[in-house]
Amino acid sequence: MNIPFPDLTPVIPEIILTVFASIFLIIEIFTERKSVLGYLSILAAGVGLYVLPMSQGETFGGMFISDSFSTYFKVIFLINVILTVLISLKYLRKENTEHGEYYSLILFSTVGMMLMASAKDMIVLYLGLELMALSTYILAGFKRQDIKSNEAAIKYFLLGAFSSALLLFGISLLYGMTATTDIYQIAAFLKKSGTTPVLMVSMVLIIVAFSFKIAAAPFHMWAPDVYEGAPTSVTAFMSVGPKAAGFAVIGRVFFEAFGSVQADWTVILIGICILTMAVGNIVALVQTNIKRMLAYSSIAHAGYALLGIIVGTPAGMEAVKVYLLIYAFMNIGAFAIVILLDKGEEISDYAGLAKSHPLVAAIMLVFMFSLTGIPPTAGFIGKFNLFAIAVNADYTWLVVVAVIFSAISAYYYLRVVMNMYMKTSTGDASITISPSLGIALFVTVAAMFAIGIFPSLVIP
Amino acid sequence: MVPLNWYIILSAIIFLIGVAGFLTRRNVFIMLMSIELMLNAVNISLVAFSHYLQDMRGQIFVIFIITVAAAEAAIGLAIIVSLFRNKQKMHADEIAEMRG
Repeated sequence: MNIPFPDLTPVIPEIILTVFASIFLIIEIFTERKSVLGYLSILAAGVGLYVLPMSQGETFGGMFISDSFSTYFKVIFLINVILTVLISLKYLRKENTEHGEYYSLILFSTVGMMLMASAKDMIVLYLGLELMALSTYILAGFKRQDIKSNEAAIKYFLLGAFSSALLLFGISLLYGMTATTDIYQIAAFLKKSGTTPVLMVSMVLIIVAFSFKIAAAPFHMWAPDVYEGAPTSVTAFMSVGPKAAGFAVIGRVFFEAFGSVQADWTVILIGICILTMAVGNIVALVQTNIKRMLAYSSIAHAGYALLGIIVGTPAGMEAVKVYLLIYAFMNIGAFAIVILLDKGEEISDYAGLAKSHPLVAAIMLVFMFSLTGIPPTAGFIGKFNLFAIAVNADYTWLVVVAVIFSAISAYYYLRVVMNMYMKTSTGDASITISPSLGIALFVTVAAMFAIGIFPSLVIP
Repeated sequence: MVPLNWYIILSAIIFLIGVAGFLTRRNVFIMLMSIELMLNAVNISLVAFSHYLQDMRGQIFVIFIITVAAAEAAIGLAIIVSLFRNKQKMHADEIAEMRG
């Protein structure tokens, strides 16, 4: 039997990241300065970004595809790596958890996300999902001595493993029905067969599993605890990466495989979308911990992004991609400020920040405005683009609901601003700046204004 | 020859036992075992489908699932050990530093 050697060109970015991540585990033993690995992982992500446009095509017998859709998501994942590592360098030193495995796990998790975005086969999709999830479980519990971090890890692990078991059962039913695991062959089969009860069961199971991954209500209950307990830099990482990866897979599976039975899944997603926006925005109102507040805000943002999926056209998916890219910048920026403050986990810690550190307060203001969706920041462009496309697709009522919830969200974002500018300081808000953190803040703020003022940068 | 339906019914029953176990039991170990039960229920159905469809993909998938389940169990147990070092509790309701 002659097995041809597969064409490796489309997988070069993944190979590069895997090689770097594996080498890190060896360098880790020999070096005292773990921050070297941080700079190397930025280099790895940079090289990945550089070779990304050159590695297009299909390989491994059609199981893996690298097209414009996956490339866009891979750019988000790699930007996520660079920004997360930049804010991690100082945080890990402060928390005294500087281990080389951290950077290795970040890269492995990113390889998992990239495989998910490129999966053309349910087997690859599952393997990518597990590679991403298993690495993130460890990262969530990375502060081994901290009980909150342990708790975050165990909660994330149990619910994540549960959701991937549900996904597998859905996939197995789909396999039994269509006799294939290839997403495009499934699509061809479903075009002929139409909706059947078994298909509905498997579709619901798959929707539930992905709702867990993107933290959409009613499957969001892990998110607040995990986001609060996990190390702050990891929270920033997993509020962007796994969420974007979840949307990448939803885009591929629902638009391609379930494309012919769109009417059935749109109904389910509309319910999830409204519930997600409601839970995220309303529960965030009463939070006092800023990480927890940002967790609920990330649930709410998943709800907005689902609008683009519900629209169900390529334009809708385009808007989701743009939204996730902007979300990556503004969310990691907000977490960078949380890390910048020596004591910045409670919202009351921000009282009087504008007096003691005007520049820091001004930067936080930009991120809070952007998360609310106030021009001229990037958040406004993302939301406007998403809502405009939903209106064009005759989902005006849903957009009205989204705008109402978006207005509610102004309360809790602006409460942070109110604390900074209108309250007098209770304690001494001290900050420790490091060069890498400064670069991360500069890049994110620059992205906020660049995209906010020149939207043509991201919207074709 | 055992009909395909029997395997699927067996797989569904085991899967539901796993789901019920995960949702009702509060011991972290039992919850972990329930997840393993769910994964193995999926394996049964995939192998059965693979045999009746005369298609190898299902069996290949099962090998991957078994591998990943092993890695998952290793990570799960490691997390439980590190939790247990800080707090001698095994009950999910008692692991509640954060609520809201």
